[in-house]
Amino acid sequence: MRAIAPGLFTDEPQPRLVGGRHRDSGRIVFPCPPGNDYEPHPLRRDGTLWSWTIQRYRPKSPPYAGPEAFAPWPVGYVELAGETIVEARLANVAFADVHIGMPLELTFIPLDPAAAEPVMIHAFQPAGARA
Amino acid sequence: MSDVCIVGIGIHRFGRTDGVSGVEQGVHAVRAALADAGVEWPQVQFAYGASDAAGNPDTMVEHLGLTGVQFINVRNGCAAGGSALFSAQMAIKSGEFDLGIAVGFDKHPRGAFNALPAEYNLPDWYGDAGYMITTQFFANKITRYMHLHGISRTTLGRVAEKAFRNAVHAPHAWRRQPVALDEILDGAMVSDPYSKYMFCSPAEGGVALVLASEKRARELGKPLVRLKAATMRTRPPGSFEVFAPCIDIGGGTATATRIASRDAFTLAGIGPADIAVAQLQDTEAGAEIMHMAENGFCADGEQEQWLAEGRTEIGGALPVNTDGGCLACGEPIGASGLRQVYENVVQLRGDGAGRQVPGAPKTAYSHVYGAPGVSAVTILER
Repeated sequence: MRAIAPGLFTDEPQPRLVGGRHRDSGRIVFPCPPGNDYEPHPLRRDGTLWSWTIQRYRPKSPPYAGPEAFAPWPVGYVELAGETIVEARLANVAFADVHIGMPLELTFIPLDPAAAEPVMIHAFQPAGARA
Repeated sequence: MSDVCIVGIGIHRFGRTDGVSGVEQGVHAVRAALADAGVEWPQVQFAYGASDAAGNPDTMVEHLGLTGVQFINVRNGCAAGGSALFSAQMAIKSGEFDLGIAVGFDKHPRGAFNALPAEYNLPDWYGDAGYMITTQFFANKITRYMHLHGISRTTLGRVAEKAFRNAVHAPHAWRRQPVALDEILDGAMVSDPYSKYMFCSPAEGGVALVLASEKRARELGKPLVRLKAATMRTRPPGSFEVFAPCIDIGGGTATATRIASRDAFTLAGIGPADIAVAQLQDTEAGAEIMHMAENGFCADGEQEQWLAEGRTEIGGALPVNTDGGCLACGEPIGASGLRQVYENVVQLRGDGAGRQVPGAPKTAYSHVYGAPGVSAVTILER
């Protein structure tokens, strides 16, 4: 898998997001900040939806590096119990079915679905959903 | 300690003014404020100028006169104008000066702000993947709030409807046509639950305030509008801010606004129930809703009833955003917070004409909030 940034996902059959754990306080954040205060901490793959919206227009470039072609996407915050609440796109779900509290699991989607070797970004989908 | 008074106000109308630079709009506002106060530029002892994207404010001395005046530039995110005002009143309170100005202006390109990750200490992938978007944050924040506190989308629409209706009577506002509630609710969606009518737009404009010590204000013979409190605060732990890749569990309710508001009320020695008119940051319709509670004017969830009953209308118990706020005026970052104070002085003087709050209000409150988790509050009394 071609990740959008090195060190953002773990290198394992079911990759996880790499958060950071504060060495003194134990606070967990995402992504793992540079420097020595935080150590890399892979985050759990399951969570529940904390809030959401639909991105209805193509973001400005720069900084957006996705394709010119645009279709609205859901994006929200997912609470990973005992860890942190991460911002992520939602995938494989109808807009009308998105609701706060829904169980979700980590997945990966291409930034440009039409690309031959797409860069992959993280997203969450309904638990048990299939692409 | 004697109070700091606002003795002159000036504004360059908000919106789009092609061919007039941001600095020139600031100069226009300063000249209007000086005329209002009845003072000349050479009498001004100091200035604090705020701009985010329209150049260095101190360059306006070329237009106003090379008097050697002390002129300090302020760039402090969405609190830039509030920070300029705070600094100006400190200069007078300290006894160093007794007459000066706070001026703010800006001129942003059309469309959403396009911020870059590096400016916010964020990795490039965050922008590459399409997260570097302010509207996304605002929509996520209100969706959570509506879920927790039972706020309906109709209530968001009512906020926007009120803004455009109030702006009809505000000559400095940008969008001065009423828009029907149905049209607001059915408008093109930007970021659910918000339609295009529920977001303010980056814009242009300039505002200047002339401040004086109480003694100097009396000599000028102006009605005394006292700046009883001016606070600027930054975010506490667990807050939920724009461009946040993560939020602490249990977070999302503590805000810079709550701190700035609490401390301003303490300084002024009054409480939310004593305020007669309020200008609250309304970057989007939901911001006004959330800020009603964060500033202590109601409990979370009560806004649903408040809006339905018209309690924040100009004739209501607590008129909010009497000039249409950011929704109708747009948001030139450097000027936005000072516009609120301008509007409050208009209201306290009784000069609001078609948008005047009835009953001769004696207290007025202003509040800005923005990136990266900053808030500024003022309380005025006459």
